[in-house]
Amino acid sequence: MADKNGFFDLSKTGLTRRTALKGLAAGAGLGLAPGFVRYSQAQISAPIKIGFQSHRTGIGAAYGRWYEKTTAAAVKAINAAGGINGRQVEVIIEDDGTDPGRGAEVVGKFATQHKTDIVFGTLFSHVVIGSAPAAGENKMPYFVVSEGHHVASTKLNRYVFQPGITDVKSQIQSMAPWIAANAGKKVTQIFPDFAFGYDHRDYLPPALKAQGAEVIAQIAIPPTESSFTKYFPQIPAETEVIYHVMVGPAVLTFVKELGEFYGSNRPQLFGFIDSLEATDINSPGLEFLDGSHFWEGSPRYAQADDSEAQKAYRAAVGIDDNGAAVGDPKDVSTAAHMFGCWETLYVVKKAMEDAGYKGPEDRAKLVEATEALTAFAEGPEHPQGPKTFNGKIHQCFGIQNISKVEGGKLKVVHKTKIEDGLYEAEGDYTTQAL
Amino acid sequence: MHFGPHLLLAALEGLVTSAVLALTALGLSLVFGVMRVVNVAHGEFFMLGAVLAWAITTAIGGHPALGFLAALVIAPLIVGAIALVAERLVLRRLNYNPEATIVATIGMLYIIQQLALTFYGPEARPVEPPFSYRILLPWFGYSGYKLSVIATSALLLIATWLVLTRTRIGLVMRSTQYDSETAQAFGIPVGRVYAGVFALGAMLAAIAAVLIVPISQAHYLMGQDPLLLSFIVVIIGGLGSLRGTVVAAVLIGMSDGIISMFFSPTLAKIIATLLVAMVLVFRPQGLFGTASR
Repeated sequence: MADKNGFFDLSKTGLTRRTALKGLAAGAGLGLAPGFVRYSQAQISAPIKIGFQSHRTGIGAAYGRWYEKTTAAAVKAINAAGGINGRQVEVIIEDDGTDPGRGAEVVGKFATQHKTDIVFGTLFSHVVIGSAPAAGENKMPYFVVSEGHHVASTKLNRYVFQPGITDVKSQIQSMAPWIAANAGKKVTQIFPDFAFGYDHRDYLPPALKAQGAEVIAQIAIPPTESSFTKYFPQIPAETEVIYHVMVGPAVLTFVKELGEFYGSNRPQLFGFIDSLEATDINSPGLEFLDGSHFWEGSPRYAQADDSEAQKAYRAAVGIDDNGAAVGDPKDVSTAAHMFGCWETLYVVKKAMEDAGYKGPEDRAKLVEATEALTAFAEGPEHPQGPKTFNGKIHQCFGIQNISKVEGGKLKVVHKTKIEDGLYEAEGDYTTQAL
Repeated sequence: MHFGPHLLLAALEGLVTSAVLALTALGLSLVFGVMRVVNVAHGEFFMLGAVLAWAITTAIGGHPALGFLAALVIAPLIVGAIALVAERLVLRRLNYNPEATIVATIGMLYIIQQLALTFYGPEARPVEPPFSYRILLPWFGYSGYKLSVIATSALLLIATWLVLTRTRIGLVMRSTQYDSETAQAFGIPVGRVYAGVFALGAMLAAIAAVLIVPISQAHYLMGQDPLLLSFIVVIIGGLGSLRGTVVAAVLIGMSDGIISMFFSPTLAKIIATLLVAMVLVFRPQGLFGTASR
């Protein structure tokens, strides 16, 4: 017989009283040892793993770096206050190269290799759109800190959320009245020729029309372009406002060339801060922007009326009054967007607590708990301002800032209200199966 | 804007592109012409020039012209030295084998790019132009600096041509290009000529980058576009032909400026690519190249 040594004989315990006592003593000792107490409940006390899909390289790299800094600061604060459901939070970072194909691979890697609880963090709209199907297939909750209308348009899937930053459609709608009333009625748009730019192209004209103003020309610029002068003759002479929104490393050139083309005799300028994120307003050639206006999600420069929460947030992420890294005035942050990482992590915390989240098997519960959220109050968890959340379209709505360039700084001159940016939902993610 | 001024602006923009492109492509063309090495890392030497220009102008304070002139001298020298080291350490050990050097220079591309990302960072950083004079035309303003780029590039191209055709260095290079074995038999140190040519090619790219950096900015990914355009120029002009390189650079630069202004930038790229295809089909040696022996 094969089992003549009794290997498979279950009736035989092989445990003497002495070894049993030793084992019990050792177990008790481990349980009492410092730092080990939390793990005595096994898996439910292991850290919650958040996969961070970061633009470490590629054209989004400057954003990626600051998104990482903000995330690290938020996770530090969350962990110091006891973590989520009593568990510490651990962030695992993978570089997506600001590339949609690589983005989808990274989501897959988080799901199968790192086995993270959720994926979080990405900004560039083409990466979000490229990665969303992978998140859906892996049933992986995917919290993006992007800006495009792709989440709210319900073109993605039930696992994709944007709860920490408003979308372009909402931003434009809330700012159009200010543009029409203060800058001018005849607007020429200059925008990047891809997804994020198309949101601006599609939603500005109706928003301005509702205010009695009009878009008289739309100029799309390929994302790889590095020189812009050749597009400027397309700007009609009767233009009163140039509305510019550009991303990537070439934006400085864009503004400089606009300055050379027009000199002091220029139309009004209204820009999305994306054009100048991580760029020092006092860079050579940018004097031309003096007196022009920008949209900012969260103000780069400290303002006189900043809330205590805003001040605490700025200190935590390590930016000074000029929005640059503390100790390095040349390292300018992406302040208008990166607050979204901080706020999104607190939304994740809230949703996980509401869902009683324990592990990947509760992902569907997490999705439903997130969809059940309705509002986030302004405070340490939401320093940018109060927000409402529409669970049907997975999108939050908040306030916007319009700032004027004055003496090399941005000064907030107008804050919109949440209601200004609300629109009819275009669909309903909650009808999709989980 | 009326047609005349519109065309003028398009032509000016096209000329700036041509000027910088001619210098960059010339470096690529020289390296291939003499060494038969397709230097895929050429765009990264361009990027290094721009990044170093930023570092040098930042280190040297005072009037922007001081820093810029220093960059114009120092950056190409540093890039040349790096290229020299790369040539000695890598290309020579591969015996300039065409297939092996392509793979090796692809490797160099990634190494240089990632080192730039590590030490310089992902941001695009501006360099102040040596002077910022805005030429005021009746219809629009134009950067005086951009015009000076065209002039500087033209002077440098003439200087390179004089070196190649009128000096002993040029003679040695041309003889190595014509037949390296016979040149070696006549006592020409072919190995050292190769090293020098590779460094010179990289330096030309670096100079082009220093000239362009006050117009655009220094960014660690900026090497890709000039590499691709340089390949287009070199294929159209004919490898190793200085005249062909200049003519093709002007052709590509101007067509890019004019077509992308009146029609669309995408169409300009399509036409450039189509031109490459046509040249490869009907005149594989390029417009001014000589058929290989």
